[in-house]
Formats: sequence, structure tokens, C-alpha cells
Amino acid sequence: MLFCFGLYGVLAKKNAIAVLMSLELMLNAVNINLVAFNHFLYNQTYDFNGVKHAILTGHVSALFVIVVAAAEVAVGLALVITIYRNRLSTDIDELDWLKW
Amino acid sequence: MGNIGGGLVFLVFALVTVFSAYLVISSRNIIHSALFLILTFIGVAALYAMLDADFLAMVQLLVYAGAISIMVVFGVMLTLRGGPENSNGDTRNAIGGAIAALLTFVVLGMVIFTNSAWLTTGTGISGGSTVSDVSWLLLTKYVVPFEVAAVLLLVAMVGAIILAKGVDDSK
Repeated sequence: MLFCFGLYGVLAKKNAIAVLMSLELMLNAVNINLVAFNHFLYNQTYDFNGVKHAILTGHVSALFVIVVAAAEVAVGLALVITIYRNRLSTDIDELDWLKW
Repeated sequence: MGNIGGGLVFLVFALVTVFSAYLVISSRNIIHSALFLILTFIGVAALYAMLDADFLAMVQLLVYAGAISIMVVFGVMLTLRGGPENSNGDTRNAIGGAIAALLTFVVLGMVIFTNSAWLTTGTGISGGSTVSDVSWLLLTKYVVPFEVAAVLLLVAMVGAIILAKGVDDSK
């Protein structure tokens, strides 16, 4: 449900920063899914020096998603700020040019 | 987590998260959207904590509710022209976007609720901190993706600074 709200936002919002926010919503939904699958399905442990540890592949995947999301939002905001500086607008309906 | 109290708490957090996500995309004022985005991130962190992912919950709070929210608010304030009212409208293909999102929702719901085999399997990993387990995987099996992610983060930050600052001789 969170994912679909994010999908709607990406497709429907006018302000480019709102599109970035919606992207974050989608990534968060995927992360919840990864962690929940790890929790409920991939319930395995390994034995290391006699101590039981859980195998947390889903958590590691979610961590990578968070890292990529942080990088993506930084680059995205920098792009939006650059476009705003050139065009004085963040309206993606107006961003249909391919050259200046 | 199978007891009634845990289910009730999960329901409350899930409702808070989903409702604030709805407010993010439906609010007319983009500053309100940014603030509800922070609430959504905090709700997701609570959901992580309920799934015994304490390390991820802390990372979520620090990275999303801390850093990314600040960056989003900065971006909003740097690019806002005029008042904040009505700064978050819809494009001309909003209807199509709504239909696509609804169709995706229906398909996902059908996939989830027709495959009832994995709805209730597993009891969850018993408590304890997940930090050592995550670090064990991260530094043995996934050490190459870990380093690649570190380099990606560095390159993205440098690229973002260059993009936002602008090269001197370009203008």
C-alpha cells in the first residue's frame, strides 16, 4: 500500500521534490518487505563457536537499499536545485525541453 | 508477535505509516508533505523494531528521519518560489498515474492473498541484538557489495556537490 502511494506520487506529482519524496516511500515499502520476509520466511541460524546466530540477508539487503536511496536523494536534490537555478521552476510539466 | 497486543500495536503503527504516506502525496502544501514524510519514516522504523530488526530501526531513524528529511526540507526551501500554498499540485497525467497505482495495488493484493501458503509460516527469529549478525554477513559474504556501496555513496556525494555548486567555467 505504501508502495502504491509512492507509485501514484511518482506518476502524478507536479513538483519534482514531491516525486523524490514518493520515490522514498516506494523504497521504504520495499525495505519493509525485505525485513518482513527475512523475519517470517528465511528463519535460519548458523552455528559459530557454539553460539547460534541468525542469518539476516534481508537486513543486509535493506541496508544496501538505504545506502542507494541516500545517494539517490542527494543527487536528485542537486539536480533539482540546478534545474531550478536555470529555469526558476521545479514543475516537471515544464521540463520537456531537450536543450536550452 | 502472534498475540493480540502485538497485532494491535502493529496495526496502530501500520495505520500511522500508511495514513501519513497518504498525507504526503495528498497535501497541497509541500512543506506539510515533507513533515509527514518524516512521520512516515518514523512509523517505518517502528515497524522495523517490531520485526526484531533493531539495528535497521536505528539506521532508519538516523539516515531517513535525520539526514534525508533534512535534505528534503532544504531542497524544498531552496526551490520554493512564492508562498508554500498550492505548491504541490498534480500533473496532467495524474489520472493515469492513479489508475496505474490502483492496478498495481490490485495485482499485488491478488498475489499476496491467493498464495496463502506463506502467510503465516515461521515464528520469527528470537530476540537479541541483530548488530553482530548483520555485521557478520556484511563483512564476510557481502564484503564486495559493501565496499561498492561505500564508493557509490562517496561518488554520489561528490557528484551532488559539483552539481549543486556548479563548475566555475561552465557559465
